[in-house]
Amino acid sequence: MTLTAPLTASRTTPTATLRAQMMKLAERISTPLLPADYLDVIDPLRSGAALRGRIVAIHPETRDAVTLVIRPGRGWRGHMPGQYIRIGVDVDGVRQWRAYSLTSPTGRPDGCISITVKAIPDGVVSNYLVRRARVGTVIQLDQAAGEFTLDRPAPAKVLFVTAGSGITPVMGMLRNLPANSATDVVIVHSAPTAADVIFGGELRKLADRGRIRLVEIHTDTDGLLDVASLQDVVTDLPERHTWACGPIGLLDALESRWAAAGLAEILHTERFRTTVIATGEGGTVTFTAAGTAAENDGTQSLLDTGEAAGVLMPSGCRMGICFGCVAPLRRGAVRDLRTGALTTAAEGDGVVIQTCISAAAGPCDIDL
Amino acid sequence: MTAVQETFTDPTTHLTDTDIENLGAELDAIREQVIASRGERDADYIRTVIDAQRKLELGSRAVLLFSLFPPAWLAGTVGLSVSKIIENMEIGHNVMHGQWDWMRDPAIHSTTWEWDNASPADMWKHSHNELHHTYTNVRGKDNDLGYGIMRVDDEQPWKPLYLIQPISNAINACLFQYGIAFYDLEIGRYLKGRVEKDDFISRGKKVLAKIRRQATRDYVLHPLLSGPSALSTLTANLTANLVRNLWTHSVIMCGHFPEGVQTFAKDSIDGETRGQWYLRQMLGSANISGSPAMHFMTGNLSYQIEHHLFPDLPSNRYQEIAPKVQEIFERYGLTYTTGPLPKQVASAWREIIRLSVPNRPSQHAKGVQQ
Repeated sequence: MTLTAPLTASRTTPTATLRAQMMKLAERISTPLLPADYLDVIDPLRSGAALRGRIVAIHPETRDAVTLVIRPGRGWRGHMPGQYIRIGVDVDGVRQWRAYSLTSPTGRPDGCISITVKAIPDGVVSNYLVRRARVGTVIQLDQAAGEFTLDRPAPAKVLFVTAGSGITPVMGMLRNLPANSATDVVIVHSAPTAADVIFGGELRKLADRGRIRLVEIHTDTDGLLDVASLQDVVTDLPERHTWACGPIGLLDALESRWAAAGLAEILHTERFRTTVIATGEGGTVTFTAAGTAAENDGTQSLLDTGEAAGVLMPSGCRMGICFGCVAPLRRGAVRDLRTGALTTAAEGDGVVIQTCISAAAGPCDIDL
Repeated sequence: MTAVQETFTDPTTHLTDTDIENLGAELDAIREQVIASRGERDADYIRTVIDAQRKLELGSRAVLLFSLFPPAWLAGTVGLSVSKIIENMEIGHNVMHGQWDWMRDPAIHSTTWEWDNASPADMWKHSHNELHHTYTNVRGKDNDLGYGIMRVDDEQPWKPLYLIQPISNAINACLFQYGIAFYDLEIGRYLKGRVEKDDFISRGKKVLAKIRRQATRDYVLHPLLSGPSALSTLTANLTANLVRNLWTHSVIMCGHFPEGVQTFAKDSIDGETRGQWYLRQMLGSANISGSPAMHFMTGNLSYQIEHHLFPDLPSNRYQEIAPKVQEIFERYGLTYTTGPLPKQVASAWREIIRLSVPNRPSQHAKGVQQ
């Protein structure tokens, strides 16, 4: 059932009060569900629903990247170029949340938005979206977020340093530059080969027309981008506001170089969430609500650890069958004491575990 | 005149401790196989069922807005009865068991689901998931053995109250959703002083609040919305709730009351191993055989044995593992109690009538049970 809170009258205008009363009546009729639970069955994308979107088109970009065109529900509030959205996708029945940059122009006539996804090795969601997603599928959405956006008006000179799927937020920005924009754009982009450059065709056409200067580095043949040599490639580096998006190593190197040159404020970076969740035998368990931390050796259940540490732990059968001990695993890794199966979570994943049959498999945070 | 003496024979005397542990391992393997293969088709199943049930309910209530016309009354009442049964059994019971928690969908989750029934979800989960499923059929611990008002097994001591149990059972059947609500309130424990007064009062208020919301919807608001059809909508909703009560009561009786189902002594579960826990679930449960439609309408509780072995596996999988489970019963020389619905319901009622009068103490009072 839906978790959206009922509308409460916060203003005293007659229409607001009437609206609140109608809402309350609707809730009394739909109980124990909320009206939204029934309305969702009819139109999941209606205004007032939890934000969702429907995949209306899938366009291949490279051998391992696709663009998904999504029609958002009527609650979509628009985005700024360079921002990203979190999407909730059901892969093999399990809801997974991931963040992807928006690559569409902000005012598409059809009201749709697009994201471009590159399949990473062993990536559950990216591989599903690239290889198995179907048109018509409804996905969960979150409003656009992120501060990796181009200033308005755009600066006179701009440098984009990107690698792999890091080009996606930059493409979002480029596609939203006004046609008569006088901004001088330089893009330094790394990809394994020419064929792997996402949006390669569009970028090269822009370069041919003189709209941008494109420097492609094909790492399979040219080797990795040497941040130190950027100055030689882009001679007026200190005059360019720089936006960078790519692997951690690249961003770290850029940040230290720019800081060393005293240019930290004109560098903006976007770090894609690379969730490296440490796993191992046992770990420190942090009970976030209670504000307590305790050590778990990997053989004791989290329920026992919590109780020993004085945390109020809900429980039931203490053998894994009644689900009376379920608690949110905010982040970290736990192991099923019965089977050894590993469950990992990162912020926002919405993972819930049974504490009576789970032990820590690395540091973890439990919302109890 | 000699009364019939029920002699209890322990059906597990031929099993060694190793046998029981092997049994446990085999059942664990079945569970692992289901968990490993759980995925998209299972998620699609429950989403489809929920979608269809909500549409059926909406459609039925819409039709009932015109319930003054007999065909509308009939169609709406049938539709609403079916939709309430599906919501309670295939959806509510199973979602609240955590069978679908693995999907990580907050809208279909044991921690958030509230069902269309007088009993508040969290209280039901406590008495059902925690107590009934952990202490299944243990006399003195599993109150589902008669709900505190009936005697359903020879091993339970007789009390004069049980003389009227056929009548109490019939009344409970008609008012079953309220029966469950008050059962989950654990009034008996409170009267014995085992529940704090404040605790009991706050739980009582919760139950009354849920009953009030449910009753307002079915017996006040929906009728009022029907305008001229108000009275007939009221009778339609009363009928639909009654039909749901009678059906769910009958199905649930078949789970543990028919002949052939075993109960256990309180001290027999001390130090119970996993294999022994499985064995108790196998001997303490009974299935119902029949058509796919029957299985669906019982919320797959017709696979009571499989459900008790694996309460947290998706209900659509019970029918798939049933042949394997049955085969394990055969190989270990145990009886797989099952039968068609009318036969099992009749068997349960026969037991209730038979056990309403005292029978001679049987020979196994001190016997070792599993």
